[in-house]
Amino acid sequence: MSDAILTGLAEIINEVAGVPLSDVTPSKNFTDDLDIDSLSMVEVVMAAEDKWGVKIPDSEVKNLNTVGDAVDYIAKATA
Amino acid sequence: MSNSHGIVVTGIGATTPVGGDATSSWMAIKAGQSGIASLPYEWAGDLPVRFGGVLAVSPAEVMDRVEARRLDRSQQTALLASREAWADAGSPEVDPVRIGTVVGTGIGGVITLLDAYDVLKERGPSRISPHTVPMLMPNGPAAVVGLDHHAAAGVHAPVSACASGAEAVAWAARMISDGRADIVVAGGTEAPIHPLTIAGFASMRALSTRNDDPAAASRPYDLARDGFVMGEGAAMVILEREDHAIARGARIYARYLGAGMTADAHHIAQPDPDGIGAARAITAALAEADVNANEVVHVNAHATSTPQGDIAEAVAIRRALGPDTAAIISGTKSMTGHMLGAAGAFESLLTVLALHHRMAPPTINIDNLDPEIGLDVAANTARALPAGPLVAINNSFGFGGHDVALAFGTYS
Repeated sequence: MSDAILTGLAEIINEVAGVPLSDVTPSKNFTDDLDIDSLSMVEVVMAAEDKWGVKIPDSEVKNLNTVGDAVDYIAKATA
Repeated sequence: MSNSHGIVVTGIGATTPVGGDATSSWMAIKAGQSGIASLPYEWAGDLPVRFGGVLAVSPAEVMDRVEARRLDRSQQTALLASREAWADAGSPEVDPVRIGTVVGTGIGGVITLLDAYDVLKERGPSRISPHTVPMLMPNGPAAVVGLDHHAAAGVHAPVSACASGAEAVAWAARMISDGRADIVVAGGTEAPIHPLTIAGFASMRALSTRNDDPAAASRPYDLARDGFVMGEGAAMVILEREDHAIARGARIYARYLGAGMTADAHHIAQPDPDGIGAARAITAALAEADVNANEVVHVNAHATSTPQGDIAEAVAIRRALGPDTAAIISGTKSMTGHMLGAAGAFESLLTVLALHHRMAPPTINIDNLDPEIGLDVAANTARALPAGPLVAINNSFGFGGHDVALAFGTYS
């Protein structure tokens, strides 16, 4: 499940920010490693909400520092 | 001919209905090629006007995908034209605090705005892209260009409808003459082709309705003209302090000599038929340039192909330059259509190239020159300009009564 989410998230991040798919790994920090600014992060969240039918409130987004954080959140929300 | 500011043009860039860059656009204009055609969009079928000047090269073909998706079409074109112009100027190494940007637009990100409104209605507020506001704001193109060139001297975005691009060039020169910048990226951009804008201009009866022959629809000064043709695009010029350009060995296209900016104070959309405000703009540009009216050899006219506008401008030109002026008049919107906020910038670029190459571009589609114009129009074919120091004028006027005239001179 988490692998599928990681793959899906990598596709979204590639679409939104042009980050190569293979660079999107769980330990990567959105801001420091992937250079995703606050506006692009909103886009990533919107696309993830659409893709997995989940709600990611702003209060949670600020805790999603790494790709792994986001994968875990989505995995729990869809469990 | 003197010039107290010492400002020169050292770079040009454009993407237009007749070419994907400044050189191909100039070649097409010189050859009298029309960029006007039926609109290739499904939605056009419902409109009273179904043609226009669509970009010859889509920005998507030449711009990074991720960069493009964060920019309105008017910002994509502005950025492409500015990069071309900067490279054309030799990609100078300049302290960012001495680089300025002035980019005008008539409407701003109207396609972004209207598309976002469709999303709002269909999918709700949570689906609105976080890039919507930066993409639709009318200072967005100036800001995007300024960021790309690290321009820290100042970023400005004059908005004066179809005079915006020309006003941008004038304010850019002012940044240099005021001592705020050594080099300024200046121009205009517009991406207005959307059913709502076409419906709006058509409702004003401002547009040609020659749907059966789009390439002949934009015909300034012809007796059968019936309105303007909407176009899209962007154009930029690099204005630079002359001593700065000389010190770095830059290639210089022409001198910027002066600007006149006035207002008709007459009507929100109709030109003053007496052309008084427009004539005052031309006269003011010549005064700043410190040249006489009889020194003007060429005018790139606003000439949108509306029945009233072309006459009012002709009256203004005769008023300012004299009834017997020998200036050769070119109406290049006959080929590009009216690029609104980009028009004054692209036509400044054409005025600069006309001086540089000593050739006034043609005004195409003139089958029967309107006798009321009373000027020496370069009808249908390009005309040579003489040797020696030359002065040329670019006129741009906008809904709201904005009158802008720019004076350029040959460089030697």
